[in-house]
Amino acid sequence: MPQSKGRFGVHGGQYIPETLMNAVIELEQAYDHYKNDPAFNAELTALLNDYAGRPSRLYYAEKMTKDLGGAKIYLKREDLNHTGAHKINNVLGQALLAKKMGKTRLIAETGAGQHGVATATAAALMGMECVVFMGEEDTKRQALNVYKMKLLGADVVPVTTGTATLKDAVSEAMREWTSRISDTHYCLGSVMGPHPFPTIVRDFQAVISREIKEQLQQKEGRLPDAVLACVGGGSNAIGSFYHFIGDQSVRLIGCEAAGRGIDTLETAATINTGRLGIFHGMKSYFCQDEYGQIAPVYSISAGLDYPGVGPEHAALHDSGRAEYVPVTDEQAVSAFEYLSRMEGIIPAIESAHAIAYARELAPQMGKDQLMVVTISGRGDKDCAAIARYRGEEISE
Amino acid sequence: MSRISEAFQNGKAFIPFVTCGDPDLETTAKIVRAMAANGADLIELGIPFSDPTAEGPVIQQANLRALTGGVTTDKIFDFVRELRRDVRVPMVFMTYANVVFSYGAEKFIATCAEIGIDGLILPDIPYEERDEFAPLCEQYGVDLIPLIAPTSAHRIGKIAKAASGFVYIVSSLGVTGTRSTITTDVGALVQLVRANTTAPCAIGFGIATPAQAEQMAAKADGVIVGSAIVKLVAKYGRDAAAPVGDYVCQMKQAALRAGSAD
Repeated sequence: MPQSKGRFGVHGGQYIPETLMNAVIELEQAYDHYKNDPAFNAELTALLNDYAGRPSRLYYAEKMTKDLGGAKIYLKREDLNHTGAHKINNVLGQALLAKKMGKTRLIAETGAGQHGVATATAAALMGMECVVFMGEEDTKRQALNVYKMKLLGADVVPVTTGTATLKDAVSEAMREWTSRISDTHYCLGSVMGPHPFPTIVRDFQAVISREIKEQLQQKEGRLPDAVLACVGGGSNAIGSFYHFIGDQSVRLIGCEAAGRGIDTLETAATINTGRLGIFHGMKSYFCQDEYGQIAPVYSISAGLDYPGVGPEHAALHDSGRAEYVPVTDEQAVSAFEYLSRMEGIIPAIESAHAIAYARELAPQMGKDQLMVVTISGRGDKDCAAIARYRGEEISE
Repeated sequence: MSRISEAFQNGKAFIPFVTCGDPDLETTAKIVRAMAANGADLIELGIPFSDPTAEGPVIQQANLRALTGGVTTDKIFDFVRELRRDVRVPMVFMTYANVVFSYGAEKFIATCAEIGIDGLILPDIPYEERDEFAPLCEQYGVDLIPLIAPTSAHRIGKIAKAASGFVYIVSSLGVTGTRSTITTDVGALVQLVRANTTAPCAIGFGIATPAQAEQMAAKADGVIVGSAIVKLVAKYGRDAAAPVGDYVCQMKQAALRAGSAD
């Protein structure tokens, strides 16, 4: 009997062309070997600490806490990592793994460009070739990141098919992988795709919640009451949640990009508006029409502009262990401005979705309660787009 | 004996593909009838999907044209019902897992059986995930056609043993689309498959010219051609039936030159 692997409840699996099956099996075997290898882990930890700047800070946002008048708010500063986002955690892990597997070439998809920049960075560091697929629409929204990737030595391939955004970049990276497997590792950027990617990416991002737990223990001597993170595919969120999943007292809240609202078609809030489906190698929730055609989603955030969600999030939603709330463009932009002024921290527009919900939730919580919000990335890349959103034209 | 095995009774089989609804279903109906009249042994009908990750640009664009034209799974079912009034040649659907899953797998597969669809090709359902649909396919007598790739290696045995209908041998790495040369040792792949199943083997991906059809047919029981036909549809639009018919005739003759089924 065939055995489906990598299930989270009904979600997950390996819905990919036969051509890629041995590649993912080989990856799974390599990962199972190296994840318990002390030398591999020592090498990765050294990279994360000395190169990426871990552990990232857990910062008490005192002004924001006082302003909102409720829960005590801590910000997990993934924006302070090298390359400016949590993406580097996963990329260093996968690039090192790929190198151990004898691969010499990394390919990746990117939405906002953060994962592409992180992959190009790791490839430069480790002397590997790098090709990044990016929706043509996103190459315009995130021109600075395109330049950075090229500066780092990567080829950036603008993807013109479909909606020319993140989902099309994923499709194109998968197509590229089927045509060149022996020397190439597909460095997937989120907790999605076929097994073993959702597990590998989660494990490499779980450092976020491991650190939050230790840091909060030192500062407050206890667990948080709520952990908030934005969710596109869901890698910073699963990283922020993972070590708290067994702690039932901790509310886990994923903030989805609602775009112009979940009652409109211009949304990317997959769990709030999607249905169970099979796409990009996994069973999970997807925004789709009644015939299963994948919907053209929308969000101001290129990094959350994806019609699916990682299978573990889908399962956490099914079990009720995590909550997933929609946040509109307007709320996110307002939170982007709020955190900049309130704490002097310009968050990525993706992360601003989590800040937006924190502004709603914190006042409903007691002053003795603790909230952690993950700032998954820095907002420099978004300044021009937000200025445009507010009707101001600036040149970068 | 399912109707698919009949496809391999007329010498080396020629299996053309067309995307349903590209540019509209009236044209697809004419194309299918032209294929049947010109020696197609089995016809692969593509149900378009918004994000076909195993397809090259030619079939991607056909999917887009078809969906933009408003084709849906239900309209395609009605179209096949109508075709089956006079078209006797075996037909299979080629689509993606989500098209079947979102329709309701049982409803989809039962409808296939009802309207005379003989098999299903789902490029994003590998062996490990076949139980998503295989039990229903068996129940309703629809063959779930497995794919074997140049990278399948030790997987070939178990995939081939579970085969029904025929085995789709993917000639090359990468996505669908015409190629000037096929470098994989396809003959060796076919031998490994045949050691594990009596189901016929047909080779697809990258075949466009009569010379390639003859060369590949010599190594297997049939050849499958998609992108080269879809290119003709893109070029001739609503007038594509005649040129597609001529092409199918040439390709079937080339396949036959490779000898009778062995």
